[in-house]
Formats: sequence, structure tokens, C-alpha cells
Amino acid sequence: MSLATRMMTARRKPGRWHWTDIAAYAYLALGVVLMFGPVLWLGLSSFKTQAGLLEFPPSLLPMSQKEVAVPGQAQKLPLFEVEMPDGSKRVLAQVRRIGIQAQMVDPEKPGETIRVPIDKRTPVREFKLATENYTEPLERFAFTRFLWNSVFVTLVATIITLIINSMAAYALSIYEFRGKTAVMLMVIGTLMIPITIILVPVYLVITKLGLVNSLWAVILPGAATPTGVFLLRQYMLTLPRDLIEAARMDKASEWQIYWRIVMPLAMPALAVLAIFSIMWRWNEFLWPLAVLTKTESYTLQIGLNAFQGELQTQWHYLLAMTVVTLLPVALVFVFLQRFITTGIANTGMK
Amino acid sequence: MQGKHWISALALTVGLVAGSGAFAQTTVRIAWYSDGNEGEVVSDLLKRFEAQNKDIKVVLDQVPYKAITENLPVQLASGQGPDIARVVDLGGVARYALDMRPYLKDASYWEKNFGPFLPWMRPEGDSSAITGFMTQLTVTGPFVNKTLFEQAGVALPGAKATWEEWGKAAKDVAAKVKAPFPVAMDRSGHRFFSVAISEGAKVFDDRGEPAVIDEGFKRGAKLIYDWHQNGTMAKELWGSVSGTAYRGANDEFKNAQVVMYQSGSWQIAQFDKTVGDAFDWVAVPSPCGAGGCSPMPGGAGLVAIKTTKSPEAVAKVMDYLASEPVLSEFYARSLFVPGHLGIAAKGLDYAGATPQGKAALKVFSDQVAQISPAAYKLQGYANNRVIFNAVISRLGQAISGEGTLDEAYKRIESDIAQQIAERKK
Amino acid sequence: MASAETKPRREGEGAAGLLAAPLTLLMRLVDGPMRALQRLIGERRMAYVFILPNLAFFSLFVFLPLIINVIFSVTGGAGLFPSERPFVGTQQYGYLFDCGSFLDPSSCREDHFWRGVSNTARFTVFQVTAMVLFSLLTAIVLNMKIRARGFFRAVYFFPVLLSPVVVALTWKWILQRDGLLNAAITSIGGERILLLVDPSWAMFWIVFVSVWAHMGFYTLILLAGLQAIPADLYEAAEMDATPRWRVFWRITLPLLWPNMIVVIVLALIKGVQTFDEVFVLTGGGPGTATLMIVHYIYETAFANQVQNFGLAAAASVVLGIVLFALTLAQLAASRRKGAA
Repeated sequence: MSLATRMMTARRKPGRWHWTDIAAYAYLALGVVLMFGPVLWLGLSSFKTQAGLLEFPPSLLPMSQKEVAVPGQAQKLPLFEVEMPDGSKRVLAQVRRIGIQAQMVDPEKPGETIRVPIDKRTPVREFKLATENYTEPLERFAFTRFLWNSVFVTLVATIITLIINSMAAYALSIYEFRGKTAVMLMVIGTLMIPITIILVPVYLVITKLGLVNSLWAVILPGAATPTGVFLLRQYMLTLPRDLIEAARMDKASEWQIYWRIVMPLAMPALAVLAIFSIMWRWNEFLWPLAVLTKTESYTLQIGLNAFQGELQTQWHYLLAMTVVTLLPVALVFVFLQRFITTGIANTGMK
Repeated sequence: MQGKHWISALALTVGLVAGSGAFAQTTVRIAWYSDGNEGEVVSDLLKRFEAQNKDIKVVLDQVPYKAITENLPVQLASGQGPDIARVVDLGGVARYALDMRPYLKDASYWEKNFGPFLPWMRPEGDSSAITGFMTQLTVTGPFVNKTLFEQAGVALPGAKATWEEWGKAAKDVAAKVKAPFPVAMDRSGHRFFSVAISEGAKVFDDRGEPAVIDEGFKRGAKLIYDWHQNGTMAKELWGSVSGTAYRGANDEFKNAQVVMYQSGSWQIAQFDKTVGDAFDWVAVPSPCGAGGCSPMPGGAGLVAIKTTKSPEAVAKVMDYLASEPVLSEFYARSLFVPGHLGIAAKGLDYAGATPQGKAALKVFSDQVAQISPAAYKLQGYANNRVIFNAVISRLGQAISGEGTLDEAYKRIESDIAQQIAERKK
Repeated sequence: MASAETKPRREGEGAAGLLAAPLTLLMRLVDGPMRALQRLIGERRMAYVFILPNLAFFSLFVFLPLIINVIFSVTGGAGLFPSERPFVGTQQYGYLFDCGSFLDPSSCREDHFWRGVSNTARFTVFQVTAMVLFSLLTAIVLNMKIRARGFFRAVYFFPVLLSPVVVALTWKWILQRDGLLNAAITSIGGERILLLVDPSWAMFWIVFVSVWAHMGFYTLILLAGLQAIPADLYEAAEMDATPRWRVFWRITLPLLWPNMIVVIVLALIKGVQTFDEVFVLTGGGPGTATLMIVHYIYETAFANQVQNFGLAAAASVVLGIVLFALTLAQLAASRRKGAA
């Protein structure tokens, strides 16, 4: 039996329900609603029409008003349910509205016009996905170009980050050397510096390097993450030293020890850093916006936000494009989550 | 040492990659933001230009508005800007603007048709440069939900009605039809001055230096402040976000929650498209105060940038876009009030608009004549956004209950003085 | 059970394998020169070689900009390049600290800076407390004998992947005047909650959203810690019939302490840096009730027409010094606790 199962069964006899079990499942159920609900709502909303988004109370599913073709009318007419003066209810199509009166017809008997006060009618609606929220902006923009740029930035930056951060973490956890405290102080000190506050100086450095409008301008500055070094070092400190000493006895070079022994052992921590780096890079907005000004070098986050104007936000596009940028991250997550989460959990078993 | 090698190696690689993409065509890059469909319209027009001019390639870099306000100034200051940019902060960008006169086909065409707006885009102290034209002239003014008025049985105030009369009427209507926003106004300094100037604010002293706080300004500020206290305006706009952030009530208006919405001509296109048949909306002339009935002018200009490597090509693109037939089509398809005197005099046929939209465009176009000299002066002042920002930030705080109006006045004055002093250092 | 735990790992490694192949080759190629270098400078000094690449990036893109920032902070004007900016000495710092009373932000010349300081401090305290409590609770629940643990673990982790802007947008869509929350409240006859009008609701929701977005990560760190606690300790406690709260207090919590430190440090950092989420969600309002210090810096440097890099830089230097001191204090404290 694995240690994990023993640990679990050790605590409580199987098959007996304690109140804490019930509370735990209740908590988890609440968690599912709270964690998934908002994003699901975002997804559903992204399929609503511009008018549908403004409704209150909002409808759960994307709905739009039903329209019917009425003989004698050039265009399709919107359908309403109307409360008649005698209290009965009828489904009528609206020909036009004049002030607070609406001219309506019965689709069955298109000859006769009925005048209805506008507050006596409620729209008849049907389920309909406003897929144009997606297709319109995607057709308008060089989507594949943006996608490729984003993928390139994310992958290359993550690989660079993993390599240089792990090398630094290895040095800081395994060796004693002069200046180590200074380097550690630097790492920890800058852990807390948000990129926003050094945006302008970094921009100056990038300008001097002649990298403006190059994807490298997005990749390089964030590669040496203090968070990554900190995480990896904390993890590497827990690795057994005997293993390294034994390898040295076997005449392994320091590089080999790093690459063949420490890196595989640090896999769980590396995986955590990898997924974080992927997220950071994929989601980055402020910095690419400052250094990338040419359409051909835009990442998805910038390209798909181009319709945010001075005076209006086109919510229907904004929500749809948010979902688009979210999808790849969700895929990465579905693909890697067990690897990551069990990776973190397994760290304790060593 | 090693670091340096690495950098130069990298720079070399990047240079090679960038170099390999160059060809004989001249490329002109335009940084462009959009509020509505104007990006699509202009890219259509540019395609036609490219077909006529095979030697010039025009790239339209469509960016979020944020990139224009926040990043473009940094890019321009570092010499990394585009060749042409569509900007709102005309005074701020003017320093980097290219005087196109040597390259234009006919400078007098520009002077004749864009005359009143050219000074907005000139560097300080320059009185003759031609640097760009207005892609859109905007005029502030109220939109009214006429259907709500009809449902409440309240008559619309007349053409010369005061702000107070409008406020009272809107509040009556809102109470009867249970609309949460009797009056709404964009959280924007520019919109505030449309009230303040009609209340008599002069903004500048005799020497032309900012002297923002005067009796007229205070009347305007007091009106807005009191409206928030007595529920004529909801705190969700002016009392909501902090600092210089913009907030509009266009979504609320489209949803029939606002009785009267003080905004401007740029809203027409989207109201026309989204309100549809849901209710009747009308634009009305700017209400009056002790200082008259002036709206605020404004808009976005297309400005040529000094650092461009090919001023001839830039001028050619600008000449094309500014030419009467092209610009007419642009204004008409984007539903913009024309910033071209010739076109404005002839009147535009907004073929794509509904009768409601056309009527509103007419109201706003007619309002251009009502704009007072003070309003023109404020719009043309290079540091006007310093004034606008100080006003929304501080008035917003007073409205949300952080301090009194008098404290806000003091802060507005010191904020403006400090920032202008910083620029002059 | 054991095979179920290892199988997904292999899947992941298989995927990573595709990427890893060229990397492995590269690493092999590097070994030769590295070996030679090691012979030349000796085993111990190889540490410098390992730290060099990171340090080079770091110097260029973090350290150098920090120095430029210090230069900005002692210069004035609206110029971009340090050479275009006149030296003003400590004037910018003088502006920041020009206060009638440090307890009253409105008496300061830069009142928004001090409001930012006090809002950030309050936000960070609330946020770290809530974060530790909820991630600990969730970790304990996930560590219980439950079905579909992997699924639930994923559920809580998943918001961690969303960008701050998406998080804020998602919740804005729910919390706005005509959003889902108010639809629910009004349908049971309640009064609408106006996020942007009531300062205490605004603070509550930004803490809530922040915990929602990040607790998954901290939960995993704590869960790893919980699972590392040797089972025999619990067995022994059970035999002694020790009450559960006591087991938690005497065994779980002390052994979990190192992980708790990581959680607290990281949550603190996140708290102080908070900007994007709050910016999109409340815009710093109502009034200035949720104006954060990074927001102040951002606004001073970018959003104003005269981009005041000098003042913004001075504020960021002050912020940096405070943060650095805080981190050191915290590390010192954790070291003492960890040793005890």
C-alpha cells in the first residue's frame, strides 16, 4: 500500500461518516460553484448580443428576441407578448413604435393593426448564440499572427526562465561562495518590485539596446524572475546533499550534477515555475503594450484589445476576446494540471 | 564584459532579422485607436490609396486607446513613434508634430478648410504650422430619452432652458418612471467645462495663464455637487473611480436608465446602432447658464510626427485622407461631425444613419456655431488635460465625500500649478 | 493507488519530452566547455558560472532600471532621458513628505500618495489574513479522505491561471449595478449593493476577489506541507486519544510552519503589488477608497498629461525601501521561528 493511502486510512476508519466529512463536501461543493461559476457566467455572457448584455435582470442563457415574417411586411418583425385591456394575453408582432404607443399585428391575421401601450408588452425570446461577437473581431484582426507571437514569446521566455533561474537557484542552494548573501539580498529585495514601477527605465534600456518592436523586448526583461529563483532555491535546499557528494566522488562535473541530478529531482518545483511563467507571459499586457507598436509584432493580449476606445468599451467583443485568450491557458491547465498538482503534492513524500 | 558581447550579438541578430524584411517601398505607419467603426472605414480608404500609390505602403496599427494616452508620449519622447498618429491630447503631442507645409500639395486648402482647428495641433509659440487635421470634431451636448418624458407626462424644456430647469425636469421624470439616473454626465473634465463655461467660467486670466477657479467655475461645480447631494445625479459616475479615470453612462443610457445624458456627438453612432426601436432619443442644444449656452468642442486629430523618415510619403497620405471626397466618405460612414469647414458648410448625407441619428447629427452640427471663444481657447490650450484631470480628480473626491468643495478648489489650483511648473523645468 | 498517482506524471513527462529532447542535446554540448572551465577555476567557483546568466539579465533589466529610477527621483521636468532632466536634489522626496500631519493624508502635498499607502496597508493586512485562513481551511479539507480529490484540487487552482485583468473583468461583470449579484439580491427583495458607491463594500470585494484568484496556489503549497507530515505522528496521537484541535495545534501547525512562511511572504508581496485587478474592478474608487500605492505611481508617471517620472520614481524608491525592510524583517522572524 502506498504511503498516501496509508496516511488517509490511518486517520479515520473507512465507511464511517463524521460530521466533518459532510461539512467538507459542502465546502467543496460551494467551492465548485464559486470558482467555476463566475467564469462560466463570463463564457455565457460572451455569447449575448450587445443589447442582451445590458438587460436587467440578466438572462441566464444568451437569448435574443424572436422575429417572424409577416405577410405584407418587408422585414421580419419582433414578437411580443401583450397584455390586452381585457386582461388576456396575445402574442403580437410589432410593426413600429410611435412614442409610447406600439402598432402591432397578429401574425395570424396581418390585416388588422392593434395599438398597444409600450409598457404592456414583453419581448418573446429564444435561445441564440451571438457568435458574431467572436467571428467579427477575429476576421478583422491578424489573429494567427498574434497567436503565433504569443506562443513564441510564451515558450521561449519560459524555457529561458527555467534554465537561468534553475542555474542560479542551484548555485544559491548548493554552494557557499563569496557574495552569496549579496545575491540573495538582491533576489529577495526585488521579489517585491512590481514591473509597473520600473516600466519607464526598462523601456529606456530596451530603446538603447535597439529592441523596440522586437519580440525579444518582451521576452528578455522578465526572464530572471526573482520569484522563480526563490521558489527553486527553497525546493533545492531540501534535496539530499549525500547524493551530490556521491556524484562528486564519481567524478561527475558540476554541470552534470546540475543537469543530471538536481534538475530531475527538482522537477516538481520546475513544473510549478513553468506553469507560472506560461501564465505570466501569456497574460502580460502593460509591458508589451509599451514596447510593441507594430501590428505584426502584437501579442494576442494587445491585438485583441484594440477595440477598447477612448469613450466606449464594446463589451460584447471584449468578453468574447477574453474567452479567446483564456482558452489556451485552460487547455494547458487541463493537460498539465495533474502533473502540476500531484507534482507539488509529491514534494512532501521525499 | 560577457554581458556586453551578448548584447551586441543579440542586437546584430535582431538587426539582421529586421533588415531582411526591408524592401523598396516606403512604409508609413499610422497608430490608430477606434471608438466605433472608424478603424474599418479608414483601412478601406487606405487600401484605395495603396492601389493608386504602389510605392507607398500604409500600415494601420490599431491600438487600444490606452496605448495612445499612456505609451505614445514615451515612444515619441524616445524617438520611437509612428509616422502618423490619431490622438486626443493634441496639445501634448504637438511638440512632436511635423510641419507638413513644405510637402503638401496645396497648403491653402488645409488653411481654408481646417483653419480653426490647426492651432490645436501646433507646438507652443508656432502660429503657422500645419501638422494634421481633425478626424472627428466633437461637440458636447445632452441626449434625452424622449420616451421617458412622454411616459412621465413631463414636457421637454425649450431650446434656451437653463441647466437648473433641465435638472428639475429630469428629476421629475425619473421619479415618475423610476429611472435610477435622472441626469448623468461623463466623468470627464472636458464635459465638466461644458457646464462651467456656460455658467460663466473664463478659465484663463488676461495674460492667458490658467486661472481656473472663478465665480463661473464655482457655479458650475456647485451645481454638479448639489445635484449629487439631492439625487439628480447618481454617485456611480463622478463619485466612483479615483484620479483621472474616465467613466461614461452610455450603457446606462442605452438601457433606458438615464433621462438626460450630458455627453457629446461621438455617442451618436452607437446609440443609432444599439438603441434601435427601444425608445426615442434626441439630442438637444446645450443648456444655458449665466455665461451663455456654449458647448465644448473637442475631438481626435490625425497628426504627422516629426521623427518620420519619409515626410513626403506622410504628406501624401495625409493629403489623400484630408481631401474632400475621401474625408466626406470617412465622416459620413463613421457618423462623425465634420472637422472640415467646406464639408460642414455643404452638409453631409449620413446615408447609414436612422432618422433619429440624422436628427441628432444635425443638432450637434448646428451647435458648432454656439461655441464660445472661452471654450475654443480651453480646447486649444496645450496643457488643457492638466486642467481637466485636476478637476475630475478633485471634484470626484468632494462628491464622494472626501473633503469639501472649497478644499477641492484649492487642490485643483495647486495640482495645475505643480504640473505646469514640472513641464517648464 | 500507486499506479494511479504515477500514470499522469508520465503523460506530462511525455509531453515535456518533446520539448526536452533538443534541450538535452544542448545541455550535453555545454558539458564539454563547462568541464574545461571547472578544471580551470575549480569546483567551488563554478557557483559564479551558474549564477552569471541570471545575474546578467537581472542587472540589465532590474538592477540598472532601479538605478535609473533613483536618478529619475533626483531630477525634475518632463524629459524622458536622464540627460534631459535637470537635477533637483531631494525636492521630489520633499514633496512626498510635505505633510501637515502624517496621520491625515489630506494635509499632505501629495495626498493621493498617502491615501495609497494607507489603503495598501489595510488591503494587505485583510488580504493576507483572509488568504492564509481560507487556503489553510481548503488544504485541510482537501487533505481529508475525500473522493475526486484531484478534481477539487484543480477547481481551486484554476483561477490562479487567469490574468488579473480577466479576473477583474469576470467579477466586475457580476458585481456591477446590473450584474448577477444584484439580480439575485433584488429578486429576494433586497437593496442593490453598489460596489462603486460604498467604500467598505469596495474594500471587501477587492479582498474577496483577490483571495478568489490566488488562494489555489497557496492551498497547494499548504497541501504539500500537510502531506509531508509523517503519518505515524497522527497515529500516535490517535492512540493517545488526543483531541483533534490539539493535534492540529501541536502537530499540524508547527510542522506546517515553513510552508506557512512561504505563503505569508508571497501573499504579502502580492498584496503590496496589487494594481491591475483593483484598477479594473474599482478604478481606485469610490473617491480614493481603494487607490493603491502602485496605482498612484502609475497614474503619476503615465496617466497625467505631464508625465511626472521624477515624482513617480521617488515614490517607487520609498516603496522599494519599505518593502525591502519588511522582507528582511520577515525572513529574520521566520528563521528564528523555524529554528525554534
